[in-house]
Amino acid sequence: MDILDAFILLANYVVVPALAYGSQLALGALGLTLLFSILRFSNFAYGDLMAFGAMATVLATWWLQAHGIGISPLPTALLALPMGILAAVATTLLIDRFVYRFYRRRGAPNIVLVIASIGVMYLLNAVVRIVIGPGDRRFADGVGFVVSAKDFRAATGLDEGLSIRLPVALTLVVVVAIAVWLYWFLFKTRTGKSMRAYSDNRDLALLSGVDPERVVRITWVISAMLATTAGVLYGLDKSFQPFTYFQLLLPIFAATILGGIGQPFGAIAGGFTIAFSEIVTTYAYKRFFEYLGWQPGGLMQPVPTEYKYAISFGILVLVLLFRPTGIFKGKLT
Amino acid sequence: MNRRSILFALGIAGTLVLVGQVQSWNLSLGILNLCLISAIMALGVNLQWGYAGLVNVGTMGFAALGGLAVVLVSAAPVSDAWRAGGWALVLASLIAGCAVAAGVASYRRLTSPWRVPVIMLVATAGLLATRSALSPALAAIEAIDPARAGYLGGLGLPVLLSWLIGGFFAAGAAWLIGKVALGLKSDYLAIATLGIAEIILAVLRNEEWLTRGVKNVTGLPRPLPVEADLQQSRWFIEAASFVHLAPPSFASIYIKLGYAALFAIVLAVLLWLAQMAIQSPWGRMIQAIRDNATAAEAMGKNVTASQLQVFVLGSAVVGIAGAMLVTLEGQFTPGLYSPLRYTFLIWIMVIVGGAGNNWGAVLGGFLIWLVWIEAEPISTWLVDLATHNMAQDSPLSIRLHDAAPHFRLLFMGLIMLIVMRFSPAGLLPRPRPASAENRAPSQSGGELASRQQKLNQA
Repeated sequence: MDILDAFILLANYVVVPALAYGSQLALGALGLTLLFSILRFSNFAYGDLMAFGAMATVLATWWLQAHGIGISPLPTALLALPMGILAAVATTLLIDRFVYRFYRRRGAPNIVLVIASIGVMYLLNAVVRIVIGPGDRRFADGVGFVVSAKDFRAATGLDEGLSIRLPVALTLVVVVAIAVWLYWFLFKTRTGKSMRAYSDNRDLALLSGVDPERVVRITWVISAMLATTAGVLYGLDKSFQPFTYFQLLLPIFAATILGGIGQPFGAIAGGFTIAFSEIVTTYAYKRFFEYLGWQPGGLMQPVPTEYKYAISFGILVLVLLFRPTGIFKGKLT
Repeated sequence: MNRRSILFALGIAGTLVLVGQVQSWNLSLGILNLCLISAIMALGVNLQWGYAGLVNVGTMGFAALGGLAVVLVSAAPVSDAWRAGGWALVLASLIAGCAVAAGVASYRRLTSPWRVPVIMLVATAGLLATRSALSPALAAIEAIDPARAGYLGGLGLPVLLSWLIGGFFAAGAAWLIGKVALGLKSDYLAIATLGIAEIILAVLRNEEWLTRGVKNVTGLPRPLPVEADLQQSRWFIEAASFVHLAPPSFASIYIKLGYAALFAIVLAVLLWLAQMAIQSPWGRMIQAIRDNATAAEAMGKNVTASQLQVFVLGSAVVGIAGAMLVTLEGQFTPGLYSPLRYTFLIWIMVIVGGAGNNWGAVLGGFLIWLVWIEAEPISTWLVDLATHNMAQDSPLSIRLHDAAPHFRLLFMGLIMLIVMRFSPAGLLPRPRPASAENRAPSQSGGELASRQQKLNQA
């Protein structure tokens, strides 16, 4: 049974957290990769867009909770999510209208848009901090666990327990649903096809009668939706803190580039790769080896936990240097 | 310098005097010191972005490396720590060096099916070997007087020397980074440098044997006397009574003026050097590469080498400023470096001041730092004004008062976006050469668009 215990231990502390974190990164990377392939610039304000959408959802959740509206056992945030998405979509469309459209129409080089996105980053960051404050905000409710460690131990008779928290299960369900929906949207609908055509060959798409402003608008809407969903799921899983979303920006960039720019399914693969490499390399395997009958001297932790983020940056830099097209052969603009 | 820049300079000087009169001279001089440091950082970024078109968003990393130089050069050495782990450290770095050499060799020599697995094997083996040599040594070093030392300490050399060394540290790192990353296109270079800066900071925060990590190195030596000592000396007390100030506040002002003088000298020297470099044939080549790299290459210019040179020089300037900042604060606090303050803020300075104009970068450094600091009292005042009719304990009023410090971020974003939109070349645009009409369009979107419009009309 010890071998089984060892693997349950890994599942509980490595696989499940990495799956949840990977799904959150994948959602974020999906939105970023769509933006990248249509608007052709790296949006530095994306992390703060996630924070903004999550903030709007937190506010809506509080309002619903105050009015006693809930969907127990599911978290109220799920009910508030559409409102958060609406707020994020409205904000991004406004920002596009007043900031990015100006440079797009003038055919400015994409680096000008990158620099403009730094300004937008400060704006969104400020709005989030002013409205909800920089501190930790709790908004999760509903039942805590789908599978609790105690029940698992009782059911299987093992020493190690496997627990799956509700936000984790929700994250996995949502990411699968969104991936399926996005596939259908991009490959089966007329709008999705026009978006892909626009990203593949802008001039040809324009000649075929694709309305560029409409494509851009829809891209913003979808990416704001994905950013908000990713932000809310991350907040439910951990907790809502504005600055953590800025820190998420680099793992998300890493996932996007690893998967290949403009490759939606590459972005999903990239998200999971980054999440697994961060968690697999920073887990202390001492107890795992003890179950296997070997008493190691140290913690058996390949990389100290403090370097968790550095792992994803490291992967990002290596991919950029050695295979800038990503694993799925994305396009270099 | 034209009339416009003189007006801006007068405006900033006037604001500093106003801050001195209304708030306090101590604060005003403190702002001036950081304005000077910011101007130097902006000068470095401007060299890279404004003149060479290289997007380096890793400013934070280079500034922190400059700060590290102050610790390693000027902090008192901890000889017990050297005795405890010095040799093991040398051994570990030898092992690491061998591993890197083996990795590079296998990357160069081997071909496709073997290359990746062998490199991964070499990397893993090298990491394990280095760690087994390193961990006992590091533990021994960190165990020595952990409350006050717990690290190797520095060399105990004069702190002013560390400014130069800080420049070299940043230059060395920039050379390594530039060697591998400069081939990337603009967006990718931006993301790569952002990531590399975070890695540098992760190392500085966690390697306690080197920097004490988040325990911070405090009490670094200063190039100027300590205020408390100053107040003891007779000539100083007489001087204080001469200007009708209490010795403590005069000491503080005296020291701040001293720093301002030091920083101003460095800024002046660097500004002069930058101007000379930019007007030289080398500088004109750099700008030609920025405007059209293909054409410059066709003219026989070595684009890669020149870009590497600018990247290294600009980063060195940022490193010097980073060292000066740590010297001014007298402590190295790796936990406090954040991209919003050390990278993107410097970029705002360059963009607002005027990319491609050294005077513009200096103006941006002064202006943006002034706004960054004065935004807080201004927004507190605005909030007081807005909530003046509300009850003291109303939730909105409390929320707004809590939020006042964050308005500076809002101001920064707004200033940057407004300047980019309505004055894309910045407040002090770069001087246009006489033959501007015949030149390739520059980086700013405005000029490009007007040319396109002309083409469309024609």
